Amino acid sequence: MGIIEWATSPLGQNVPIHIAWFLIWVALIAGMLFLIVHAIYIRYFAKEKEFVADASPKVAAQLPARIPRHSLAARLFHWIMAASMFVLLFTAFLPKVGVRFDWVTYHWIAGTVLTISIIFHIIHASFYLDFWSIWPDRADLEDAWKRFQRFMGKSSALPRKFAKYPLENKLYHGAIIVTGMSVILTGVFMMSRVRTIFFPRNPYLFSDMTWGLMYVLHGLAGVGLITLVIVHVYFAIRPEKLPITASMIVGTMSREFYLKEHDPKRWVVEASPNTPRGAVDGD
Amino acid sequence: MAVIRDIMPAFQLYQPSSVADAQKLLQQHGNDAWVMAGGLDSFDWLKDRIKKPKALVDLSGIDELRGVRTTGDGIEIGAMTTLTEVVRHPVVKEKYGLLAQAAELVASPQIRNQGTLGGNVSQDARCWYYRAGWPCYRAGGNICYADTPVGRNREHAILHAERCVAVNPSDSAPALIALDAKFVIQTPKGERVVDAENYFLGPDIDITHMNILEPGHLLTAIRIPSTWAGAQFYFEKVRDRNVWDFPLLNVASAMRLSGDTIQNLRIAVNGAAARPLRLKAVEDSVRGKPRSAATGEMAGKLAVQGAVPLQSNAYKIPLMRNLVKRSISGAQEAAWAS
Repeated sequence: MGIIEWATSPLGQNVPIHIAWFLIWVALIAGMLFLIVHAIYIRYFAKEKEFVADASPKVAAQLPARIPRHSLAARLFHWIMAASMFVLLFTAFLPKVGVRFDWVTYHWIAGTVLTISIIFHIIHASFYLDFWSIWPDRADLEDAWKRFQRFMGKSSALPRKFAKYPLENKLYHGAIIVTGMSVILTGVFMMSRVRTIFFPRNPYLFSDMTWGLMYVLHGLAGVGLITLVIVHVYFAIRPEKLPITASMIVGTMSREFYLKEHDPKRWVVEASPNTPRGAVDGD
Repeated sequence: MAVIRDIMPAFQLYQPSSVADAQKLLQQHGNDAWVMAGGLDSFDWLKDRIKKPKALVDLSGIDELRGVRTTGDGIEIGAMTTLTEVVRHPVVKEKYGLLAQAAELVASPQIRNQGTLGGNVSQDARCWYYRAGWPCYRAGGNICYADTPVGRNREHAILHAERCVAVNPSDSAPALIALDAKFVIQTPKGERVVDAENYFLGPDIDITHMNILEPGHLLTAIRIPSTWAGAQFYFEKVRDRNVWDFPLLNVASAMRLSGDTIQNLRIAVNGAAARPLRLKAVEDSVRGKPRSAATGEMAGKLAVQGAVPLQSNAYKIPLMRNLVKRSISGAQEAAWAS
């Protein structure tokens, strides 16, 4: 049982046509298994987080009661992207498991919304936000190594508190970039195979082999997103992560949570409640 | 590829003698089972070795699936009743002549002697790219070979094409929709009765199936209520060869008149899309209007709204417009004013 379905083209060439659909269930089960194992680990085995001491009481006293975390534009982008992603996943995979409905139109419309929102996000994050805040840096890797050493029972210095985003968030963002860009880039070309308002159908844009590989990449990234979305939703509703989730709705988090999890030196927040743009970044 | 090899692939042949046995077999073999009625569609697939089922369930030995029965409200036709039997049945001819007309125009006498009503409504698409075994959308692939600038698409869809542009080739299907027939399906969960128009699927809903039957399901009968018994019927089929061919387009209508005013109408066409289309907008628009050339012309124009021709089938748009007009105003009124 392969993970790719093959067919013989009219020219006698053996070409891939799409992924094997059992991978939908593999992705679903993988996501569910992750959350079960993680929930058990946190409930029974995880130790209290320990960080090296950072903010002085003086710094803490100067912070506003609510720490700005996500700008309105960043929040709007996030929820539009989330809505389009859910529509894309449901319209892509429900028909494959036997739910019959007119899915193609909804799928390409949601894909278009996602594409536009991602283009906006790239521009917004590149020119208006702190672009590097979501990318792993040296400190992340050093602290991750310290945490790993301590997890293995070896002696190691305490890690620092997180910058704006913990390393896990940054790695997750990286995985979303890879899968998201894969589905978007292949999806844009695949739109030329169906009737849309954008361009005339042209199924001969590429060879059968290239098209096949494109469908396979679209499918693999798509099922990957099933797992990633399950993991994302799981973390969003975990009790200890709720302040972060809430900040994606209201835009701010409490000073207490900020001081508990984040290092004011690595994520600088202006003392004034009316924090100027640029000092506190959005998503 | 489209090489007729004539020797069918090996499969287990089952010949049940009751619906219950057939159902058991279908449930037992699930996706691996192939249901065969008259065999006219099946043998093409099997001899071309494009479909290779592991189990073939031949329904020809099930007597309870044959015959036309009068019920309290109309008639019930067993799914394995041959088209010739349908055509010749006195009640069908007298009260449901629309179906008799449609069935009589299916293929040739020999094929009508073998072909069944259930098989005729459940037959697969005739797109040759698909029938040739090419990996098109309908075959589970990712391309439509017909919907391209160089594709052979003279017989293909002008309406509701969604990636696949194949059409439904049944002649009896639009007549059954016009007669408001109900299809009786035995499923593992029990009997399910659906309106004729809901039996068929377009590629937007399911690109690899022409109807709602799932593994383990069996179409056992078609019930025609008396609602339209004895109404004014119109059936017309246009095909390349009048002696024996699939429809390029066909139209079926059942009409009730009050004097010269159209009281009620049901109308369906086939050969225009991947499923037979009931033209509800046309039905609504002509209700209460005089049966005239002007009404027919208006209905014809309405029927083809949204039609998108492919490279070689633009002729289907005026053809469908005219067939709808004729079905409403009568063939003698068919000349277009414009």
